[in-house]
Amino acid sequence: MPITYTSEEQIEVYRFSVPVTVGVPLLALFLQAFLPRRIPYFSYLDLPLLITIYFGMARRNPISGLLTGAAIGLVQDMLGPYPIGIYGIAKTVVGYLASSLGVKLDVENAGTRLLVTLGFYLIHAAVYFTVARGMVNLTLNWSWSRGILAGLANAVVGVALYFVLDKFKQRT
Amino acid sequence: MESMLGRYRNLTILVGVLFLQVLGLAVQVKRSADAENTRLIRVWAVRAITPFERGVVWVQNGGRNVLHDYFFLRGVRAENRQLKDQIEQMKLAQARLSEDAIQAQRLQSLLAFKEQFISKTVAAQVIGSSGSDLSRSIYIDKGENAGLKADMAVITAGGIVGKVWLVYPSTSLVLMINDQSSGVGVFLEKSRLQGVLRGTPNGELVLERVMNDEQVTPGEAILSSGGDQIFPKGLPVGTVSKVGPGREMFLSVKVTPAADLSRLEEVLVVTEKQEREAVAESGTRVRAADILARRLPSVPDKPAAVAGAPQNVSAKSQPNSANAAGQPSTGDVVKKVVPKPASGAADTKSASGSAGLTGTTTGTASGAMSEAPGSANSPAKPATAQPKPPAPQPAPQTAPPPAATEDSPH
Repeated sequence: MPITYTSEEQIEVYRFSVPVTVGVPLLALFLQAFLPRRIPYFSYLDLPLLITIYFGMARRNPISGLLTGAAIGLVQDMLGPYPIGIYGIAKTVVGYLASSLGVKLDVENAGTRLLVTLGFYLIHAAVYFTVARGMVNLTLNWSWSRGILAGLANAVVGVALYFVLDKFKQRT
Repeated sequence: MESMLGRYRNLTILVGVLFLQVLGLAVQVKRSADAENTRLIRVWAVRAITPFERGVVWVQNGGRNVLHDYFFLRGVRAENRQLKDQIEQMKLAQARLSEDAIQAQRLQSLLAFKEQFISKTVAAQVIGSSGSDLSRSIYIDKGENAGLKADMAVITAGGIVGKVWLVYPSTSLVLMINDQSSGVGVFLEKSRLQGVLRGTPNGELVLERVMNDEQVTPGEAILSSGGDQIFPKGLPVGTVSKVGPGREMFLSVKVTPAADLSRLEEVLVVTEKQEREAVAESGTRVRAADILARRLPSVPDKPAAVAGAPQNVSAKSQPNSANAAGQPSTGDVVKKVVPKPASGAADTKSASGSAGLTGTTTGTASGAMSEAPGSANSPAKPATAQPKPPAPQPAPQTAPPPAATEDSPH
């Protein structure tokens, strides 16, 4: 499972067409809202988070990554019952970190992607719970078993999803 | 300064974006607990997503209907025959239950119970969820236009589902009972213990605030207590699935929901509740004692000697013995003396001068308390009740039992 350090000069930065940039996050949000009612285990997945991580790592631009994360997170907040901004903050942080990590690591490898996605899922959950409990005073409880299981599920699905999304990448 | 900002440009922007969101959150938290202040933004997001969900659901249902209505009609004739048989059986059951209902209603009215009745519901279809794995909420295809408002109860035939949280013109967000932030006032059907039902991170249900020394058995049904002012009292909530020691002095009681919360398709929104006192029908023809007496296995005819007994004695003893024999005259007597539940005792006294009839009425009430469904808290029970006899005596032949002929429905 090689994780290779690369200099910024060697890094390939990708971009995406406008339909993909707008359509893929919207599709992810739609599926996230629609499928859990049909497939109960789908609620373990967080497709908007996977999209945030992917765009962040592929673009390798921290500003773009954090703005993408913020936009996706805020829309996700708008669809939920809790105050707007909890997902927004969590995904902003993840988007920033993913794009920063993309600059430093080779994130094209499946193993690396698996570990990175698992790590970002846990970071996302940590930020979410901190904000939800600390700021909004929601009575949410963290479950380690569910957290790890959901993290692994997201990592596995993420690796497959990233390979599909790789088809839409365009070199700058 | 400029070079500093340029050097840490990414970090500066990150802090700026986070600060704005924290500010927005703080404003929402400070202004109100509900989501009214962010309503417009939420409406935009919901309007962007829900049309697709409606479309997919429409196509899905259309396809399913075509399959079911045209292709899957094999065995319909046999099923029809089976359903007709079932209807006949249900008619019989309904007749029996309606008698019980009349009885319960009348007995409740004696105690002036206040109950909430579901008077109007709106059927809605589930079209999606919140899109978050940390909250348990669903979108339904009815909103303000259908008369929905926040905090209305959402139920299914199986049991309660949740409450309306946010209402949009044509959709609503329903917070389910297994969400971590929801709480439902409930009580255990047999032991009448009260508690609060809450959701867990895994989407399970737990009953909180039940003391360690209480007896809770797996399989016991849990009903809504009505204390939360959202769900009417007595709706099925779930059953106890596991009981174990919890934190501090409380039990950890896991609950299986009565409604299948993970596979909801259609729900009912309770748009109108009526809180009223249960009122017996003015022209009640069948008395509780009559119904119960009819069910008794065998009751000998009233002895001739009792017929000639003084009026006050016969008035006390007749409700059970004579009704058991199926004689209408007894019913007439009691109808006369107990025309209205509230004033029955007084009327009785003035009509016959028999002090024992007051005890009869009270005795009936106390019997009702122990039998009436949904009468969780029975504060009046010990105050006025006559001592209950140890077992029903179907044949009060010579010496009539003390005023408790209607006291023991079973």
